[in-house]
Amino acid sequence: MSTIQDVFVIGTGQTAVGEHWGISLRHLAWKAVKQALESSGLERPDAIFVGNILAPRISQQHNLGTLLADFCGFRGVEAITVEASGASGGAAVRQAMLALRSGEIGTALVVGVEKMTDKVGPEVTAALAAGADSDWELVQGVTAPAMAALIMRRYMHDYGVHRDEFADFALNAHYNAQANVDAMFRNGLDLKQYVQAGIVASPVNIFDGAPDADGAAALVLSSEPGELRPGLSVRVASSSLVTHTLALHDRRDVLSFEAARLSAERAFQQAGITPDQIDLAELYDRFSIYAVLSLEACGFARRGEGWRLARNSGVGRNGQLPISTFGGLTARGNPGGATGVYQMVEVTRQLAGMAQDNQVAGAKWGLAQCLGSSGATAVTHILDGTNRN
Amino acid sequence: MEISRHWRLQQQRYGLLGEKCNHCGEKLFPPRDVCPECTQDSQELYRFSGKGEVYSYSKVFDPPAGYEGTAPYTMALVKLEEGPLVTAQLTDVDNDIVEIGMLVEMVTRKLREDGNRGMLVYGYKFRPRLK
Repeated sequence: MSTIQDVFVIGTGQTAVGEHWGISLRHLAWKAVKQALESSGLERPDAIFVGNILAPRISQQHNLGTLLADFCGFRGVEAITVEASGASGGAAVRQAMLALRSGEIGTALVVGVEKMTDKVGPEVTAALAAGADSDWELVQGVTAPAMAALIMRRYMHDYGVHRDEFADFALNAHYNAQANVDAMFRNGLDLKQYVQAGIVASPVNIFDGAPDADGAAALVLSSEPGELRPGLSVRVASSSLVTHTLALHDRRDVLSFEAARLSAERAFQQAGITPDQIDLAELYDRFSIYAVLSLEACGFARRGEGWRLARNSGVGRNGQLPISTFGGLTARGNPGGATGVYQMVEVTRQLAGMAQDNQVAGAKWGLAQCLGSSGATAVTHILDGTNRN
Repeated sequence: MEISRHWRLQQQRYGLLGEKCNHCGEKLFPPRDVCPECTQDSQELYRFSGKGEVYSYSKVFDPPAGYEGTAPYTMALVKLEEGPLVTAQLTDVDNDIVEIGMLVEMVTRKLREDGNRGMLVYGYKFRPRLK
């Protein structure tokens, strides 16, 4: 088998995450794209991959690939939209990786963009739930928080974990977000606020869940190494997308993210490293229980023990395994199809020593994982920042 | 209105009609063309009893569009006694006394209304098993 073509991150860009009433979908995307292109020095990518979930439904806009290629000044360039529910951003990165590794293209622009706030209320709740099985879950009245709640309650039951033990994930995320100028929630959070928070779908409370919001993030990938900082380049060491059962009720083991487990396993294998070598992980903490199950799926904790890692700042920037280093989905925010690209931007900046007040000291290996449809789809990338002169 | 979409599924929604795989014996709900266990494509129809137990549950306070009328309601994963897990609302129950392991049985209830003059979609919900 021939060696797989190396791919490098040579540029990053992102907007603040929030309710951008004054900015439209295409303008939001361009803000992130412009930043990424300028940071990479690339003028025109060979191909563009767009991660987005809801534009057809919320903004009545299909074919975002072509719209954004046109709007960003790239008429004549190959472009396509990639959708995998919450994993859309990561899936767009994955498609770019496949294309670059094929050798057919040399540079790729990946842009994740979500404009959630063009509609508000129950219709958005319904749209956000539509990653679930339409005939057998959605019609029954499920919402994204309700799905997480079903998993969380069973997990608490099987492992004897009290609900307040999940607080550490929200506390860590909100603490880190304070230093991130692009994060949605920057006021911090204390235990009392968490314990007293209103219930969305029992036992999930408002701080257990990530805010859905607007945002755009972009990456420039290349098969030629580029220095993000003098003497330092960031290589994409591995890339893996795995699917499992779409419906939660079809899983043999409701308390295991099998897609994430397989995706992480393949990513570690491809990268040639083990979980203990990871210096930080941007996991899909859309709900605190998802962070717990992701830690277990990636091999950072044993089954039923993921919740323990967050104790005593274990997942803090100085902890055993830093997660949500810029606030994660919980506090940086969850702009749908853009989230997977935000994660890649954040891990890249950590490895390049460009994370400023969010910096994890000495970070060399980073993992980014995003999930779709309550963990049915998982995309994992491992980035290598060891190449420094 | 998505009349044909819901009409196609009425035997499952009203009667829990699933399948039994001829190759591996696995009981499947809902029916599939390809058995998820053995990946063979030969199944015969199988009617589930409707009896099960609560595997997990959640009281939903923030409903999606179309379900506002009955909020807050209780979602559940119900383990049918024949094996499969289904997603459904619990009904005829005081939420404070729902427990994992509670015995339930299937009933047919209204799932949603598509607006004032719209289609009514019916399907299965589960209530505490009457003794």
